Amino acid sequence: MSLMKHLIHGTNFDHESLNALQKVTLRAVVMSFLFFGLVAIEGMIMRLVVTGPANPLPEMFSHPAHYFSIMTVHPIVGIFGSTYQLVFAAFMFLVPFLTKKPLYSIKLANFVWLMITIGTALAWIAAFVWQYAPLYTLYWPLPADTEQFQVIGGIVFILGVALIMLGTLGFIYNIYATIFQRVGVHKDKTTKELLISGFGIDGMLNLINKLRGKPPYTKEPALALPVVAIFRGTVDTFLDAIVILSAGVLVLVYLVFDASGHPLNVGAIDALLYKNYFWWGLDLVADGLVLIYVAGSWYLLATLITGQKLFMENVARAALMLELLVSWMVWSHHLLADQGQPEMMKLISGEMVTAFELLTQGLALFITLVTLWKARPLKMTMELKYLLGGLVGFGLAVPAAIIQADMGMNRVLHNTQWIIMAHVHIALIVGLYMTLYSALYVLWPIVTNNTKMFSSKMSNIHFWMYLIGGIGMGAFGGMAGLDGMLRRHLYVNGEFNTLMILAAICGTMVLVAWFIFLMNIVLSVGLKGLIGIFLPAKDPTASYGIEPETVAENHKV
Amino acid sequence: MTFSSSLELLAFHETAYTIYAVMIISIVAWFGYNLTRKEAKSVVRIPFYGYMAFLVAGGVGHHIFTYNTIPWVSQDIIREQIKPDQSYEFEIEKHKWVNLPKQVVVQCGQTIKFDVHSRDLVYGFGLFRKDGTLVTQMQVNPGTDVNGILDSNDILWTFNHNGVFDLTSTEYSGPEQYSEDGKRDLMLVKDFVKVVGCNEGGER
Repeated sequence: MSLMKHLIHGTNFDHESLNALQKVTLRAVVMSFLFFGLVAIEGMIMRLVVTGPANPLPEMFSHPAHYFSIMTVHPIVGIFGSTYQLVFAAFMFLVPFLTKKPLYSIKLANFVWLMITIGTALAWIAAFVWQYAPLYTLYWPLPADTEQFQVIGGIVFILGVALIMLGTLGFIYNIYATIFQRVGVHKDKTTKELLISGFGIDGMLNLINKLRGKPPYTKEPALALPVVAIFRGTVDTFLDAIVILSAGVLVLVYLVFDASGHPLNVGAIDALLYKNYFWWGLDLVADGLVLIYVAGSWYLLATLITGQKLFMENVARAALMLELLVSWMVWSHHLLADQGQPEMMKLISGEMVTAFELLTQGLALFITLVTLWKARPLKMTMELKYLLGGLVGFGLAVPAAIIQADMGMNRVLHNTQWIIMAHVHIALIVGLYMTLYSALYVLWPIVTNNTKMFSSKMSNIHFWMYLIGGIGMGAFGGMAGLDGMLRRHLYVNGEFNTLMILAAICGTMVLVAWFIFLMNIVLSVGLKGLIGIFLPAKDPTASYGIEPETVAENHKV
Repeated sequence: MTFSSSLELLAFHETAYTIYAVMIISIVAWFGYNLTRKEAKSVVRIPFYGYMAFLVAGGVGHHIFTYNTIPWVSQDIIREQIKPDQSYEFEIEKHKWVNLPKQVVVQCGQTIKFDVHSRDLVYGFGLFRKDGTLVTQMQVNPGTDVNGILDSNDILWTFNHNGVFDLTSTEYSGPEQYSEDGKRDLMLVKDFVKVVGCNEGGER
């Protein structure tokens, strides 16, 4: 078949054979990867600007209002438009798949991807058109500073973020409503039993009973381990949505009063208290749901790839509970440079509890590796490669953050490129996305009814370019941080020129890798199929029938 | 072992983390290769509780190590009990430093207190060497107490090496920190701190 035919018709993809659950999943996946492209382009623009006067971009990109408006929407598009969208889609497919129950509501799932897509677009428009640029940190009172930003830009931006959070609440409702549905295998389960399992208490009781020489509390927990991780992570997703929504309402009130000619006193809100509140919520993304969702995804992928039970499953269940509690108490590591922050909070929350993340994430890494090791020999499939890439990503990124979450180190690393590149970008681009790519390759045949991927060569090129580019960009950026380069500062005179050029080369590799991946997907499903994904499904089924165990068969040598 | 300046600390950190990064990448690569081999055997058996103990020791030990080797940690915690050799107090308003001394001249080994107040936004206070590396920094939050007195953002710093350091805000406070073309940082104060009297090695 010629390339053109593949471009139009794909390999053997038939969108009409997809049920409602498969279609709604794929819709969000498509939007997620389009936003990924946008965020990669934004990232490259910023990388190029800081390479100095020789950068090939038009001069307007170096203007502070323009540059920082890109910096403001970059994480909004990346984290919400792309990552949230992809993770939510995967989980709204996986929970029915793993519990063998239908998704609570397909309509709600459609609402979720639409809200996140529209909300992200609105936030982007606010920055693009009105150059609203308070950055994602929204440090009070900058988002309400109408001397620097136009009110209309702020209102559109906040409305966009609010829509994203509404979509997030829709996802949360759909997940819990599905888990607590008493149908299928959960027909005879009580809400209490599902709650105990959802919080991993059964795993903890099993461990305690084992130590006391008693029979296990339960041999077959009501919920599979990955569902427990989704259940737990979603608690943080909820709390985070509430915090971001309430901060948004606060900013909106100030902006509306300002627009009406009766500005309120921004000094009425204590900046440090607000910082604590906002970071508590925002950190539930970085140190809460991401780590918990990722741990759950590793466990799922390890069991699907090997077809074996997870190593130390009870410990893993109990550890997820610990991870949830840890995630609520670590926000102070963002305030180690704030001299008004009580020293005790810096020591306990910022340093000591934060150090526990090394333990919880190290445990997840250990359990995943041992589960894989016990099942060898395994085929080095794309999903296994990506999973290993994801493990490397977090293996690099978590210690990079723990190092900075220290009162001594933070004094010279706070707000530098170290944390945003060596930690955040490696955690997201390599750790999280490699894990998500692994999940995508595992779920691809299930969600697309065994559609053949157009080219395994393209998949491999994507993997290596993405891995090397992602780690390289993070590493060179991190080195610039050690050399004193700030993360929220504009450098247009080539101050960190060499490292920034190297980082830009690696960033280009990530962007090209994304394009290759996108082309591979488009050539697999075809443009017709791509449009078909967005047409209504003929089959309204909200679940998928394949037993998870059968997926493992494909990975055995 | 004590780090007398941030440069020594950063150099140590860069070496240690690079070794770690190479190690973790190599281990996973080796692991991945052996996953596909039936005959692969465990080279070393890692006991679970030993591994957990290693992680706990790593997490907690890191802070104990830095507390004992980085002098500004304990100094920061008990800064209210330390009498500085010199104190400087100034403000920031609308991206401008207010009442800023023209230059702070420090004798080697002196401990200086900087107390910065913001009248509007969140800023930062950062001292940089001429090569761009960071000497020290803190956040500068706005706010007042019940009597309307501006909140303090204070830091104590002991200077052990000669040098001339620039000052700028380390926190983003909107595009007006820069000239319109982005080429000038309007909050940059060249040669703000000058340290004299140290030997080449950094001692008095």
